[in-house]
Order: sequence, then C-alpha cells, then structure tokens
Amino acid sequence: MRRQIREKLIERGLFGAASTSIIIVLLIVLFMVLEGCSAINFNFLFGYEWNPSHEKFGIVTIVISTFYIGLGALAISICIGIPSAIFLSEYAHETIRNIIKSSVEMLVGIPSIVLGFFGLIVLIPLIRENIGGRGESILAGWIILSIMTLPHIISLSEDAMRAVPNSFREGSVALGATKWQTVIKLILPNAKSGVLASIILGMSSAIGETMAVLMVIGNPNIPWIPNSILDQVRVMTSTIVIEISYAVWGSPHQQSLFAIGVVLFIFVAIMTSIARIVVKGEIRRKW
Amino acid sequence: MVTEQKKEKIIKAFLYLTTSISIIALLSIVIYIVINGAYMITPEFLTTAPYKFEMGGIFPQIIGTLLLVGVCMCFAGPMGVLAAIYLTEYAPNNIITKTLRFFVESLAGIPSIIIGLFGLAFLVYYMHFRISLLSGGLALGFMILPWTVRASEEAIRAVPFSYREASLALGASKWQTIKNVSVQAAFPGIITGLLLGLGKAIGETAVVLLTAGSGLESFLPRSVFEPVASLPVYLYMIATQGHTSEAYTRAYGAALVLLMIFLTINIFASIVRNHYVKKHKVRFG
Amino acid sequence: MNKLFAVIIAIILFLTIIGVYSNYSKTPSSGPSGSLNIAGSTTVLPLNQEWARLLMEKYPNLRISVSGGGSGNGIKSVGLEIIDIGAASRDIKEKEFKEYPDLELVTVAKDSVIIAVHPSNPLSDIKMKDIAKIYAGEITNFKDLGGLDMEINLYSREEGSGTRSAFEDIVLKKFDVEIFSKALIKPSNGELRAAVSGDNQGFTYLSIGYLDNSVKALSIDGVEPTIENVKSGDYTVVRSLYLITKSGPSELEGLFIEFALSPEGQTVVDEQGYITVG
Repeated sequence: MRRQIREKLIERGLFGAASTSIIIVLLIVLFMVLEGCSAINFNFLFGYEWNPSHEKFGIVTIVISTFYIGLGALAISICIGIPSAIFLSEYAHETIRNIIKSSVEMLVGIPSIVLGFFGLIVLIPLIRENIGGRGESILAGWIILSIMTLPHIISLSEDAMRAVPNSFREGSVALGATKWQTVIKLILPNAKSGVLASIILGMSSAIGETMAVLMVIGNPNIPWIPNSILDQVRVMTSTIVIEISYAVWGSPHQQSLFAIGVVLFIFVAIMTSIARIVVKGEIRRKW
Repeated sequence: MVTEQKKEKIIKAFLYLTTSISIIALLSIVIYIVINGAYMITPEFLTTAPYKFEMGGIFPQIIGTLLLVGVCMCFAGPMGVLAAIYLTEYAPNNIITKTLRFFVESLAGIPSIIIGLFGLAFLVYYMHFRISLLSGGLALGFMILPWTVRASEEAIRAVPFSYREASLALGASKWQTIKNVSVQAAFPGIITGLLLGLGKAIGETAVVLLTAGSGLESFLPRSVFEPVASLPVYLYMIATQGHTSEAYTRAYGAALVLLMIFLTINIFASIVRNHYVKKHKVRFG
Repeated sequence: MNKLFAVIIAIILFLTIIGVYSNYSKTPSSGPSGSLNIAGSTTVLPLNQEWARLLMEKYPNLRISVSGGGSGNGIKSVGLEIIDIGAASRDIKEKEFKEYPDLELVTVAKDSVIIAVHPSNPLSDIKMKDIAKIYAGEITNFKDLGGLDMEINLYSREEGSGTRSAFEDIVLKKFDVEIFSKALIKPSNGELRAAVSGDNQGFTYLSIGYLDNSVKALSIDGVEPTIENVKSGDYTVVRSLYLITKSGPSELEGLFIEFALSPEGQTVVDEQGYITVG
C-alpha cells in the first residue's frame, strides 16, 4: 500500500518536472507580451522609420533587413551545403565521409561570438579593402551567418539522404541510370522533407542569431531599406541588444524593443511549425 | 553516352568544389584562431585577473563561465532527466503528453535573445535576482532545458524493453526499475546529451550579456546573487571596444580558450557516444 | 566508465570551489562591514570598479560588487531596490522620476564630449556649426572642411546613451539638427574609439575619458579639448556622471559616495581621464 502511494507520488513529481517547460514557455510569452504589448500598434507594425528620439518606432525596415540577411545567408549555405551533403552521402569514400562528417558535426553550435570576432577582425577589413564600402555590410553578415548555418544544413541533409535505402540506388543503377540521375530522380525526392527541414531550421536560427550578426552589419542610426549588399543594416536582434541597456524602463522605447522580441518570436515560431509539419517526425530529431 | 559521362565528371568536380569550400570556410576560422591565439596561452594569462580593461589575464572569466554553466546544469540537468523519464516511462499517449512535447519543442525554437530579454524582465527585475550568477545560470538553463530533455529521452528510449521486463519480473517496482535499470543503462547517453547542452551554453553570449554581468569583472562572485564574468562576454567587450595590440592579443587568446573548451566538450561527448554505440549496438542522436 | 565521469566531474567541481574561495581567505579586521551592490552606466563602470577596489583594500570586511548593464538598468534596479547604488551617465528622465520619485543623485565626476578622427587625418580644428552640419548629413566629405578629399564615415552612440544626449543637447540642439540616418551605431564609447582608430575616414564624438593617442581630438572653434579648458569653462561640452541612491544614502552607501568625492576618490577620476568635481 505504502509502496503504491510512493509510486504515485513519484509519478506526480516527474509530471511536475516535465511541466517546467510549459511553465517557462508560458512565462516567457506572458512577460514578453506584458512588457511589449502596449507598443504594438499600426505605426509599429507598418511604420518605416525607427527613430527613438522622435518616438517613431516603425519596424518595417528592420524586418525587411532581417529577412534580407537571413535569406541571403541561407541561399549561400544551401548552394554550398546541399551539394556538400550530396557529395558526402553519395560520392565520398566511407573513411573520408566519416572524417569530414564528424568534423562538421563537431562545429555545429560553434560559439557565435567567435564567428563574429573572426568577421570583425578578418572579414570587414577584407571587404573594405577589396570590394569597397565601409566593410561592415550585408555581405559580411551573409558570409558569417552562412558559415554558422552550414554545419547544421550539411549534417541534417546528409542524414536525410543516407536514410534513403540502398536498394533504391542499386535498382536505379541497374536500370542504367548514372549516379547523378539517381541523385536527382531518387535520392533528393526521397530525402526532400529532411533537406527542407534543415533549410527551414537554418533560416530560423539565422534570423534569431544575435552576436555574430551584430558585430559585422554596421547598425546605422536610422535604418533604411537596403539597396546594395555593401549597405549597413539593422536586424531585429541587433536593435534589441544595442538599445536595451540604456533605454528608459517603462518608456515606449523599451516597450518597443520587447515588442520587436514578440515579433521575432512569432516569426521563428511560424518557421519551426512549418519545419515540424514538413518533417512529420521522419528523420532523427537532432537539431 | 560520352556527353553523359562528361556531365557526370563536371558534376563530380562541382561537388568536390563545394565540399572543399565548406571545409575550408569552417576550418580556416578554427585554424586562424588557433594560430593567432596559441602564444597567448600562458599560465600567467590563464591564472590572473584582468585590470585596466585590456591588461591581465582571464582567470575570473574562465571560472565564471564554468560557474554559469554549473548553475545552468544544476537546473537543466535534473529537470531534463526527470522530464525525460516521465515522457518515456509514464506519459500516457494523450493530449497532455502531446502538449508537453509541443512546449518542449517550442522552447527549443525560441531565439536566445528572447530568453535574454525574458531573463532581464523576469529574473533580474521581477524576481529581484539582480544581474547575477543566478539570473545568468537560470536563463541559460531555460535555454538548454529542451536539449537535455530530448537527449535524455532518446537515450532512455534506446534501452531495450527486455531489460525492464526482466527487472519487473524480479519483483522490482516501476520506480526501482527506472532508477536501477533504465537510467543506469541510459547513463552514458544522458551524459552525452548533457555535454552537448553544455557546449551550447558555454558559447552563449546574448543571454549572459543581459543577465549575468559585464564580462570584465576581476572578482569571482561569493554568492549566486553577485555579477559574474564570463568568457563570451569578455570576448565581445574586448573585441569590439579594444583597439590596442594588448586588447587584440587578449581577444585571440580568449577566443581560443572558448573554442578549446567548446571542442573539448564536443569531442568528449562523441567519445562517450561512440563507446556507448559500440557497447549497445544502438544508434541515437 | 561511470567512475571516470564521477572523477572528472568531481575534479571540475573541486577546482571551481577552490577558485571561488581563494578570494575568501582574507583575514578579517575592524572597520565597516557588509555588502554593497552597484550597477549601471558603462561610462562610470571603470570609476566604480577602481573606487570599489580601493575601498575594499581599506576595509577588508566590506564586499562591493560592481557591474555594468547601462544607465537604464542602473536607474531601474536602484528604483526597485535590488541594488544599493545605481550609476548613470545621463539625467534621469521624467518617466523614471515619476515611477521612482525618491531617487537622489550625486554628481561624482564630469565628462566632456570631444570630436575625434583618425590620427592620420590632417584636420586639427573644426567649427561648432560644421560639426552640426556633418551630423546632419550636409557635409559628407573632408574636403569641405579643408581636409583631404575623402568621404566622412560617421559614428554615433545609440539612442538613450548619456554621451549621445550630452552631444545632442550641447552641440546639435543649438543648430536644430539631428543625427542623420547613415551614422553607424556603436553601443559603447570603447567601440566608437576602436572604430575611429581603425578607420582613416572615421569621424565621431567621444567621451573625454576615452581619449588616447590612438585617435586625434579636434579643437572646436580653436579651443583644445583639454581638462584645463573644460575646468576653466572655455570648452563648453560638459555633462555630469551620477551615483544614485533611493531615499537618501544609507551608512554604507554614504561611505562609498563620500569616498568617491574624497581627494583620493577624485584622483581616480583624474587618472581615468574624467573631470573632477568639488
């Protein structure tokens, strides 16, 4: 009897521990909304000018820059990462694959501050001297972010391609298809959901990234919609970090910064939900 | 047929090229930091405190980072493992479990800057924890909790059912079975998961910047309510504000130490994993 | 395998504990004891750190923890009474006074805002109205100032910063202009200095405490930005740095503020390149 009570209590306790995540997420939503909701209005969502000294808190330019940076970086890491994954999964010798794969996986989640530091000290002078502009630019942000997302994309899409059964490849080659035809017609369509998921997750981590981007994109006083890849921009995360420590608490400025957080939260939540729908739990959950 | 072969060759060359680009891009950063930072790694640099912004060493920063992830693990470790036990061994397959899982996934997707803002509003101001070791460690814990839950869950799930059945058949209660069989067998897997979470927490800057301290503190905290220095924030400060050769060399040194701690944790985790995979002949993430 | 982990984890824990307590082993002696928490403006941070260090040497039983976080954080935290003394490099805004009406400010040092360019820049003097024009985006090339033919790369602090509001109040408001959009934002004076010292087209305003030989300070309307000129009133760009307490300083808080204002404390101010008060 006693043992049963104890077992019941343990189960309750474990359920409590499992609910911590729920409590934390709800608290985060509560506090973000509490601090930010009074700043969310028409002018905030559809205003073009972010100019706190004039109490103008329009985030359109910041949001556009965020996606500009995120999508560009993603395009680069897709163009490099997916072919690398194809190479590792279909072409590379087993030993080479193992070496490369494990070193790439080692770098998943490399501290972003180290990447930002590299960008600041190597990339910015390089761009300033060879391409022009002030160095701090969208281009620098693209490069640093694509290096950051590359390990994720390579590792996850390679996993998805490997998960395609070998009999598919054998059958295709037996029918006279070349290796590349096999990749295009069989491997990629079958690994589609895994590859797509890796891309969407790469996108959401690129948009949510703070320090690496902050250090290389320049952050102009009043952001404008960029018209060149050498322009300086502001993204949502960098605006928050730069301005939060001196903002007057309780002012529309501080509330707008939290509201940017709410908007960022919503964007990332949408992207992760899409990823979840696309994957439907097919590949190993790993990111 | 010739054209097909030619095409195949071109494609192969292209794949070689992209793979080399990705490897070079990734390795060049590591190598650059190692080359420039290596000569800074002296006992003096590692064991003294910083002074006058860009002089001295990074001892409080290294220990501060370890303290932060220590507090973070004190929260996220037990919570993650207990939650994972519930999800694998107890959870009924119903709406409650699905909700639990949904929230774990959601927490995993939240960008770190939002955790930082939340830490500032909730831990620092609402709970009156101040900018301190406790605030920073807990905020980091919130960030990596989903990783520890997921990793422990997969490790426990990988333990064969026959183990549990044997234990139950011997008359052990459910909790005894879990404690002595499932968790024991899954222990290396759980450790791997916790280590990977640790690697993630070590390099996190935005959260620590907003909740734990300004990175340049030359003292170690004597209680959890005091601000604490940390390597990533120190690196951020010294890299963006430094302009002398002293500052740059220290930035390289700090970046190298941070990178080394991160890689050591990751390598250690993968050794444990390989060992475990060999022993149990199971694969898990 | 399990034992190995246990040993490694134990070693890490042991080292951490040793690290923490190595600072502890100071012999107690007489004098005031207790703990003080100070946070706020990063401009005042070096001063606070140095004052805390000296005061703790004097009274080993005292424990003072100092951190940054920005003026906004300092004011909010002292208003909530989660820290004892807040540091601010800007005035308290109306909104903040409304929420925490019993905050008391003490000016512990003064700061001046200078104009800095890259050391290789031949420019040495600038007119106040040209500074305004540059920051308004009307002058974009050094040749319009009589310098080399190169574009001006403009830098600024973020909105809310004390350095920025001092610069705006004293220089820009006179000419009714605002900092134009393309100035790049750096969230600290250290970053402004680092940016200009590495950019030969750079142009920025800067807290005088951050002036060193990696950047070149321009004289404004012929007046050199030296501490003497600031004190004599010739150089007019000056602002105050504050320590803030809630409803009057307690005994310990008073001790710290008195020390900051004492000759010994003001020597620190002088050493850090700021302007002494009193």
